[in-house]
Amino acid sequence: MATLTPSRAGTARRTTIGLKVLMAATGLVFVLYVLLHMYGNLKALAGEEAFNTYAEHLRTIGEPMLPYGGLLWVIRVVLLASLVGHAYSAFALWSRAGNARRTKYAAVKTAMRTAWMRWGGVFLLLFIGWHLLQFTILKFSVNPDKQGPDVQQNPYELVVASFQVPWLTLLYVLAMVALAFHLSHGVFSAQQTLGWTMTPHAYRRAKLVGHAVSAVVVVGFLIPPLAILFGLIK
Amino acid sequence: MNLTLKIWRQAGPRHPGEMVTYKVTDISEDMSFLEMLDVLNEQLNAKGEEPIAFDSDCREGICGMCGLMISGEAHGPEKTTTCQLHMRSFSDGEVITIEPWRANAFPVIKDLVVDRGAFDRIIQAGGYISANTGSAPDAHAAPVPKPAADRAFMAAECIGCGACVAACPNASAMLFMGAKVTHLSELPQGQPERMARVVSMVDQHDEEGFGGCTNVGACSQACPKGIPQDVISTLNKDLRTALRG
Repeated sequence: MATLTPSRAGTARRTTIGLKVLMAATGLVFVLYVLLHMYGNLKALAGEEAFNTYAEHLRTIGEPMLPYGGLLWVIRVVLLASLVGHAYSAFALWSRAGNARRTKYAAVKTAMRTAWMRWGGVFLLLFIGWHLLQFTILKFSVNPDKQGPDVQQNPYELVVASFQVPWLTLLYVLAMVALAFHLSHGVFSAQQTLGWTMTPHAYRRAKLVGHAVSAVVVVGFLIPPLAILFGLIK
Repeated sequence: MNLTLKIWRQAGPRHPGEMVTYKVTDISEDMSFLEMLDVLNEQLNAKGEEPIAFDSDCREGICGMCGLMISGEAHGPEKTTTCQLHMRSFSDGEVITIEPWRANAFPVIKDLVVDRGAFDRIIQAGGYISANTGSAPDAHAAPVPKPAADRAFMAAECIGCGACVAACPNASAMLFMGAKVTHLSELPQGQPERMARVVSMVDQHDEEGFGGCTNVGACSQACPKGIPQDVISTLNKDLRTALRG
């Protein structure tokens, strides 16, 4: 009896499912990071000292085994690699999907969730660029009343000065809405892609986990900016 | 019932196509959708025009031959095949758009008929088991746990009609493959070739030009057999296991 010979395992890595697995794994890295980031942000509620101590501790953690800021750089490299993998697989699959149906339907049912994931993802990518410029790379204040090195060198002051500006807070609220949509489908989708949802029960649970993670992240991220905008944190 | 039909007409694979509007009158709501098209074709024949080409075979919802995109929904508004869709699902005076399945992997042959040979090639790549010929073994020779047998049966309901591909925003055939892989992976007879099967089928799927899955579930909603999304998870799991070696 001749059975199918398993000789082509290597090729499957480059398939659509291989790309999806890459997207799911890198996406889960971002979910973990975003939860940690949210925890750090919430330190703003405990006051300037707690927030700035936390920010400094992120740089001294692991000393003396790691150099100053060492762990931060490890995290940055992992995140950058994940970003490259996530964006590469997303654009590769997007273009594949575009080519898979060149003649469109006359009566169209638009796939809202797919569009949200793709265009929402592009918006998040642009937002992350802005966010890094603002708080990590250039550290500039968009608040005309609070300028200068005292604001730029003090993480807490820079955050408070920034979110007292309504348009900036609105930008972040929009970004969090996009993140909410991205995560509520993305977290579920990653579990499905990794094959963790093989029963109807596990499938429903994965959907629930997606909505829960999305709600926790968005509420947690929006508390500090809104508290600053409405003057609860000064 | 009187209806206005906007139907895709295309003379052949390399001809350009267009939507053409037809009117049908005195349609009984007890007719199936295909019988309604038969009525239209009789009118066209009487006028000496080319009748509309569409696929059908058993007309009882089990063969997977028929399949039309009806006003943007694969197999129309009900959870069934086009042949088992009845005109009572529509209202008098309605404008109905009828298109073929749209996917590059399913090229149009004529009018509403598409070539689904891509599905056959995916099955040929690995969607089978190797068995010795000769006398059939006793049915209870290889014990199968009841839940596994139930899930295999559920997946085996797939009739390969292609509605999943037609409804998918990415024209992906993952639900079809998921059903075939789950059907065989749940059973002892499917185990020897399990890993090689999934790799070969997924390779062939991509080779045919289908898109990737975004897990939005449009396929399961369109599926006349109600094949659920979790079969795609099984497909993904099997591929990931195969990749580990």
